[in-house]
Amino acid sequence: MALLEVKDLQVFYGVIQAIKGISFEVNQGEIVTLIGANGAGKTTTMQSIMGLIKPRDGSIVYDGKNITGMPTHKIVEMGMTQVPEGRRVFSELTVYENLLMGAYTEKDRSRIKEDIEEIYTIFPRLGERKSQVAGTLSGGEQQMLAMGRAIMSHPKLLMLDEPSMGLSPALVDQVFEIIKHFHNTGTTILLVEQNANKSLAISDRAYVLENGRITVTGTGKELMASEEIRKAYLGG
Amino acid sequence: MSTLIDGLSLGSVYALIALGYTMVYGIAKMLNFAHGDIIMVGSYAIFTTMSLCGFPLVAILVAVVVCTLLGIAIEKVAYKPLRGASPLAVLITAIGVSYLLQGIAQLIYGSTSKPVTIINMGNFQIGNSTVRVSSIVTLVVGAILMVILTLFINMTKTGRAMIAVSEDRGAAELMGINVNKIISITFAIGSALAAAASVCYLFQIPSTMPTLGAMPGIKAFTAAVIGGIGSIPGAVIGGVLLGVIENVCKSTPLSPFTTAIEFGLLIVILLVKPTGILGKKRREKV
Ligand SMILES: Nc1ncnc2c1ncn2[C@@H]1O[C@H](COP(=O)(O)OP(=O)(O)O)[C@@H](O)[C@H]1O
Ligand SMILES: [Mg+2]
Repeated sequence: MALLEVKDLQVFYGVIQAIKGISFEVNQGEIVTLIGANGAGKTTTMQSIMGLIKPRDGSIVYDGKNITGMPTHKIVEMGMTQVPEGRRVFSELTVYENLLMGAYTEKDRSRIKEDIEEIYTIFPRLGERKSQVAGTLSGGEQQMLAMGRAIMSHPKLLMLDEPSMGLSPALVDQVFEIIKHFHNTGTTILLVEQNANKSLAISDRAYVLENGRITVTGTGKELMASEEIRKAYLGG
Repeated sequence: MSTLIDGLSLGSVYALIALGYTMVYGIAKMLNFAHGDIIMVGSYAIFTTMSLCGFPLVAILVAVVVCTLLGIAIEKVAYKPLRGASPLAVLITAIGVSYLLQGIAQLIYGSTSKPVTIINMGNFQIGNSTVRVSSIVTLVVGAILMVILTLFINMTKTGRAMIAVSEDRGAAELMGINVNKIISITFAIGSALAAAASVCYLFQIPSTMPTLGAMPGIKAFTAAVIGGIGSIPGAVIGGVLLGVIENVCKSTPLSPFTTAIEFGLLIVILLVKPTGILGKKRREKV
């Protein structure tokens, strides 16, 4: 069953069309990757799904409900959220307060407390730095915080926009381990990546986005085997 | 001594108003030039209630309620439809709202000044200087409100959501925060503080007219910019600094140049530190 279904999505910035009619879906329990070069329209797609950008045309159906044009906070309440590109942690708030923000829609305080403890177990570094303001964390720690913050709302569908961007290889491995962990604990994942090696390896299916259009689609394995994809996105 | 206390008390009035400017700027990213006129509306609310029933506490309560509701209404009607519009359009609208409020006040109450005495508090002596009780009351009320505001912002869920929205509206939305609601709450708090400022202002100068809010509004805006617009402690520091400088200047031969000196200070501070004393450089969003 499709948890998320995007149909004929068209998005404009002024007169410039960034997304030129794309359709794709994410099924319950899958990891799906959207790969594409810089400027292909990955972030625009993600932000349109979350209601942060209003699409010109097309529809976004989540969990059987049409959410096109719905305010972002309502979409979050429905069980979908995003780790945005560039982390965007709240730099003036502490690690702990950032995690609390992630649980903004949760009313049950004891559950929030348990969840935060759980996050500190998954990311010990965050536990060590819980009283530190997020602006003073390293890039890797900020990425962990952004991921922890997003999972605080127990999303059914978690989207991640280039979570490995700018991280050292060891940290990139860690980020993908965490994504797999989230997936194993029941979260459906839509991943956006420029560097496709690791993301295709963990993906059930993938779409290639070029210039605002989907040009190739297939399983993770198929795309990794494709000569064309290897040349364009996997470094040969 | 009394000059300093009067200065500090004027400074807390400026700080209370400056907090409204700075919070709205930080969270809604706009300059609400009608903010000063909320003080004027508060003063007329007190004037009307006092002449109807004569109970100071009722009058103060009415002023707070009227200002809070007015702040929320202005945001809903005038600014919310302009979300995403050019900053210039928002600015012009704010100036329009300011003139509208002054016009309405003039229509109802006329343009001459009206006496508004809330309570006569008198003076007392410390050593050989006379201190006005109203100044002490203002200082204490200002300090208490600022402490409450600081606690509210740092310790409550809504307060932290306000910090999150001021830092990154999009990321705050992704947390499930209803940004429009937070902006509305910000206007409500800013306007309630303006009502408090109005009460304190009338303690010092017991009369009002339709343009009452203009000068303290501009001064408080200057204070907010000096302290670093968007910064709450900045607004307090800027307000107190300006109030003390104003009162000290007025007790010296430099008195006629008081306002010039205040704006001079603004220019000097902006030259040395363009973001104000506690202002941060805003991270440009990509
Ligand atoms: N705020 C914006 N205003 C105008 N054009 C934009 C804006 N954001 C992105 N674009 C353009 O839209 C296209 C897609 O951008 P984006 O979705 O950020 O791509 P990606 O995430 O794949 O790198 C690019 O050509 C980019 O220049
Ligand atoms: Mg991007």
